[in-house]
Amino acid sequence: MYSERSGMMEMGEVMEQVPAKTGASDDAPTLLLSVRNLNVQFRTNDSLVHIVRDVSFEVRAGEILALVGESGCGKSVSSLAVMRLLSDPKTTRFTGEARLLGKDYFALPEEDMRRLRGRDIAMIFQEPMTSLNPLLTIGRQIAEPMFEHLRLTASQAQVRAIDLLTKVGITDPERRLTQYPHELSGGMRQRVMIAIALACNPKVIIADEPTTALDVTIQAQILDLLQSLVREMNVGLVLITHNLALVARYADRVSVMYAGKIVESGTTRQVLETPRHRYTEGLLAAVPRLDVPRMARLQSIPGQPPSPRNFPRGCAFHPRCPAASEACRSQPELSATDKGQRYACIHPATAWLATTQTNTASDPANDRLVRAPVLQVRGLTKDFHLKRGGTVRAIQGIDLDVPEGGTLGLVGESGCGKTTVARTLLHLQAASAGTATFRGSNILSAGKSELLKLRQKIQVVYQDPFTSLNPRHRIGQTLAEPLLVHGLCVDKRAARARVEELLDLVGLPRDIAERYPHQMSGGQRQRVGIARALGMKPELIICDEPVSALDVSIQAQIMNLFADLQNKLGLSYLFIAHDLAVVRHISDVVAVMYLGRVMEIGTRAELFERPRHPYTRALLAAVPSLGDENRKSQAHAVVKGDLPSPLNPPAGCVFHTRCPIATDACRSTIPPAVALSQTHRVACIKAECP
Amino acid sequence: MIRYLRNRLLLAIPTLLGVATLIFFMLNVLPGDTVETMLRAEGGNPSVELVAAERARLGLDRPLIVQYGDFLAGLATLDLGQSHWTGKPVIEEVMLRLPITLQVAVLSMIVAIAVAVPLGTIAGLYQGSAIDYAIRIFAIGGIALPSFWFGMIIALVMLWSFNWLPPLGSPSLMTDPMRLLQQLILPAIAVGYRYSAILIRMMRSSVIDALHEDYVRTARAKGLRVARIVWRHVVPNSLLPTITMIGLEFALLIGSLVVIEQVFSLNGIGRLFIEAVSRSDFIVIQGIVIVLTVIFITVNLLVDLAYAAIDPRIELG
Repeated sequence: MYSERSGMMEMGEVMEQVPAKTGASDDAPTLLLSVRNLNVQFRTNDSLVHIVRDVSFEVRAGEILALVGESGCGKSVSSLAVMRLLSDPKTTRFTGEARLLGKDYFALPEEDMRRLRGRDIAMIFQEPMTSLNPLLTIGRQIAEPMFEHLRLTASQAQVRAIDLLTKVGITDPERRLTQYPHELSGGMRQRVMIAIALACNPKVIIADEPTTALDVTIQAQILDLLQSLVREMNVGLVLITHNLALVARYADRVSVMYAGKIVESGTTRQVLETPRHRYTEGLLAAVPRLDVPRMARLQSIPGQPPSPRNFPRGCAFHPRCPAASEACRSQPELSATDKGQRYACIHPATAWLATTQTNTASDPANDRLVRAPVLQVRGLTKDFHLKRGGTVRAIQGIDLDVPEGGTLGLVGESGCGKTTVARTLLHLQAASAGTATFRGSNILSAGKSELLKLRQKIQVVYQDPFTSLNPRHRIGQTLAEPLLVHGLCVDKRAARARVEELLDLVGLPRDIAERYPHQMSGGQRQRVGIARALGMKPELIICDEPVSALDVSIQAQIMNLFADLQNKLGLSYLFIAHDLAVVRHISDVVAVMYLGRVMEIGTRAELFERPRHPYTRALLAAVPSLGDENRKSQAHAVVKGDLPSPLNPPAGCVFHTRCPIATDACRSTIPPAVALSQTHRVACIKAECP
Repeated sequence: MIRYLRNRLLLAIPTLLGVATLIFFMLNVLPGDTVETMLRAEGGNPSVELVAAERARLGLDRPLIVQYGDFLAGLATLDLGQSHWTGKPVIEEVMLRLPITLQVAVLSMIVAIAVAVPLGTIAGLYQGSAIDYAIRIFAIGGIALPSFWFGMIIALVMLWSFNWLPPLGSPSLMTDPMRLLQQLILPAIAVGYRYSAILIRMMRSSVIDALHEDYVRTARAKGLRVARIVWRHVVPNSLLPTITMIGLEFALLIGSLVVIEQVFSLNGIGRLFIEAVSRSDFIVIQGIVIVLTVIFITVNLLVDLAYAAIDPRIELG
């Protein structure tokens, strides 16, 4: 109530300043949604947090607008405000103007707004796992908005629901209607969410990170579907994402957000090829890319994104900006360029440096890869026997070599067994079969005292730096504990000195030892996780998705840190990740896993430039890249279907159910690994084919 | 489903055995002796020979382990032995009083659920408002007030204000349900209030959790009416933890009933239990505990079945 009243007051003023542009001109498609000067404030106990500041954007029919930014930039809050779904009117207030087909619906009473929601403007959320009610059937959940807005009867709604499920590419729709969400895979649930959004033929769809929780092959399927629906049904789509490469592949126009503001907007080509705002430029340079030669170092943006409680005055980016001057402390205005690209920067970038960067890396000398590996895994197998019968064959006899002083990247979709590999090698669970030889001793059969020694030499860095640090221990304590336990430091004083040394090594200020984990940012916590691992003076570090929880700009910092530490300390890494570009950037050798088997293994150059396995190729095709803007028209090969259950993996080649070139032979024989070179092995019977 | 039921019933056997063992040895550790209590009650100072003879007649002179084996053997054939005091079979004594106790128990459960689900939902929906505080104070009251005291107060209030007393006698559920209801409603309210207080708090916090769930946000994004969101998406999902609580708190309900039967002069299990304790009639105490255990296991089985009926993710098997 509070928010509505203040919203209306504010709007009176705004409308005088900005004459609402409602009618479509003859050549441009209809303007569907236009948001002007959106401001959102959260009231906390002691202060008012201004989380979205003067955001304006518009979407036309058949167009995809991307709202892109890092976590905490206000993009999700903006989308909820546009839906008028911000939870509590007592603690949040939003002002501004939002017009749907020219009609300002921020001024509407809540009851009229409710009738608009789900009918004219629909939303798709990030988490398909939790966004559907677990107690109601799929059919019921798709039909609900039709009952509410279209007054359909149950049988009419059922017919329409079957149509919609067919449209979003779900097979056997009649049966799906009676199923519950837990019986569907993540990708299927997101398709159901899209069907719900389409239920009443909306004019605008807002999709908040619709594929962030999904695997890369499923992501490509879902976004291709959304894109074709937008074109076909002429709706406007607001795609909210942190992934610039997705923007390149799918969006028509893009607005970049930073610290609650839109800092730059324009067509996708303009923004990605000639970024003007220094933040956009930095962000583009920080993304590891598959489509350009690998760089030795990623360009990272120094520092961290500011907290909404404490946005810097003037241009919020100035504390991290390489070109900042005194003038940046005052507010820069959005200035338009001649081609309609808008940016809020007083010293815009003139020519984007990243493409002209010459720090492309040379491939590692081959002797480094041929040298005796530090860790040699042979025939590693892990079965989980379920209580109710059945066996999950998590790893099925894989061979891996981690090069001495180098990095083996292990990449694959969820459920492929890559994390199980890490857990088995760390002896957190017993392997079912196989050997893992580290410096002449088999880790998997090591006795207790031997294991204790090995654990010092082999350390681990986990994905979630927050949950892997004890929240009640100060950082100094967390870091000192293993030093004292393993007797690496004789007393607390020595441990403290070593802790400071470690903090220096990972680029953290020393006073961080006095802090608790919740007082630090994600990037800082991950540095602490690395410092903890380094404390043992390890020779091998197993990194399990160490950068996937981090923002792009922070991810680049951490990856550079990994590279620096490797050069300085001669560390070897087993680097597990799902992001192919990250793996390519950091690895010397890369192994691609699928359903517990290694499909293809080779040096970085072999795997990314001459991939031979159809799964590797499909995976590479599914990954969007910044360069996709230039070849948007090209159809990219999308792998069909979902990942089969590891409980019941397909016979023969595990990939044959989704493989475009599978034949009968693939269904019956498990393909042996074919060596194409000393380092390149492919488990496919068609690997010899070009 | 059949397999699940069979497994659950098989699992009940070790539970019962454990309870039986525990109660048997606990009672035998306690001081007090039925025979002496009984003989003294008849006046005079019984001779040592008389006590020994009486004990021999009741089989109390045998070694403890033999008595234990005897007890278990009886259990296996559903024979809980004879009361040392009256000489009647325990099962007969219990069955005579069980209906009234079960009727009060079921009635208080109905009262509790009927009060707790709407109040808990309202409190959760209007979290932090005056009505939420009022409901929470009401719930605190239920936990703080002893149910026997609350029972007395409502009985007195009914008497003073309306000159109404619960009817006497033992009306049957089949022939005279209204009179039965009149007789049992006050004790049911007294016990049900406490029961509902716990359920209100559970329901309230479940509703608050559910309101923050992503699927409720999805429902709002669909433009559904608030009433429909609450009814379709919030309440059913909040009932799940509440139902679990209903089963767990059933034990507490039985405990309260022992006392409330005294207050309202109901001749139920609780009354029999107190009599048996005062007479040190261990056989009867044992029997009552076994019967209550069976009831508790049954109620929790029913709760789990209800849970599975609401939640499609649970597959019984």
